[in-house]
Amino acid sequence: MNANNSEPVIVAFCCHYCAYAAADLAGSGRLQYPPNIRIVRSPCTGRLEINFFMKAFEAGADGVLVAGCEEGSCHFKEGNYLAKSRVNTARRLLEEAGLEPERLRMVNVSAAGSQQFAEYVREMVETVTKLGPSPVKKIIRKDANKEQTGAIQ
Amino acid sequence: MIVAERKTIPELVDILRPHKNILVLGCGTCVTVCLSGGEREVSIISSALRIASRVHSLDFKIDELTIERQCDNIFIEQAVEAIEKADAVLSTACGAGVQAIAERFPEKPVYAGLNTTFLGILEERGVWTEKCAACGTCVLHKYGGICPITRCAKRMMNGPCGGSREDRCEVRPDRPCAWQLIYKRLKDISQLDRLNEIEPPKNWNSSLSGGPRALIREDHKI
Repeated sequence: MNANNSEPVIVAFCCHYCAYAAADLAGSGRLQYPPNIRIVRSPCTGRLEINFFMKAFEAGADGVLVAGCEEGSCHFKEGNYLAKSRVNTARRLLEEAGLEPERLRMVNVSAAGSQQFAEYVREMVETVTKLGPSPVKKIIRKDANKEQTGAIQ
Repeated sequence: MIVAERKTIPELVDILRPHKNILVLGCGTCVTVCLSGGEREVSIISSALRIASRVHSLDFKIDELTIERQCDNIFIEQAVEAIEKADAVLSTACGAGVQAIAERFPEKPVYAGLNTTFLGILEERGVWTEKCAACGTCVLHKYGGICPITRCAKRMMNGPCGGSREDRCEVRPDRPCAWQLIYKRLKDISQLDRLNEIEPPKNWNSSLSGGPRALIREDHKI
């Protein structure tokens, strides 16, 4: 998949202790879900800063999925609550910048939640497909022949 | 510290619209501590402006830099090259920092990226509150260390006003009544008798009413 086709690209920031394990389990269990996500493992969703999400969109991501532990079960106690408020702030910022806030979503998954993880990915792909390609990505495509843009592929 | 908050992205886009090469210049002092204009916020604001530029076809080219302190010429020197390359500077410092940059580069448009709001402290994580109005004649010693000018909505020097409800200010019910705090504090430090003294009207000449202020220390001048 590359920036020149119409398939949405979704960056998924997954917590090492839950969502990443759930994604791993989904793979081991041979669960089918859309191949549109690019997983970035994080030690905890509390490590994720607002600029991580902004950089992903800036680089042409059509959507960003933040997957953390279920509320109350963060390995570091409150990391997923921090992530939740940062995601909400980033959604407002994206709206100010002219992007649909629905392109950024936070979900909570347990390490055993492979089915749930696959379902969240399907929902996210559906949401982003309905919204269409990110307008940021369109410009990156236009520039792609001129210079190295660092677009997500 | 000086507390400030970010202007909205549409406001910033409107301000920057006539320019192409823009430097977002952060400050590593107060606005870093209040999470509004330091290196991380410069990165966030720059990303948002790049996204807005692409969404609205504005062709901004945004560079980022954060220096230790924008209100000090010694630190401004570290930004000279980046500022000279840019068509305009969006400073995420307080109003003093923005003006220091504008004075140092008289031919460069310099804009404020933040609204400088007050002198305050971090009350709890994510909450800053105003504590000082920089009025120029400190009266804190008379009020148990609680400033009636800043923390009383009516700036009463001889309070209380009588309008507080359950120790909360009647103007801002989310804030405590300053005079309740003053009374409690003076009682705790056995200085309640201070409240028997009537404070005469304050001379506001030392505040902004006397025009722009300057501090001159002959012992430090060269």
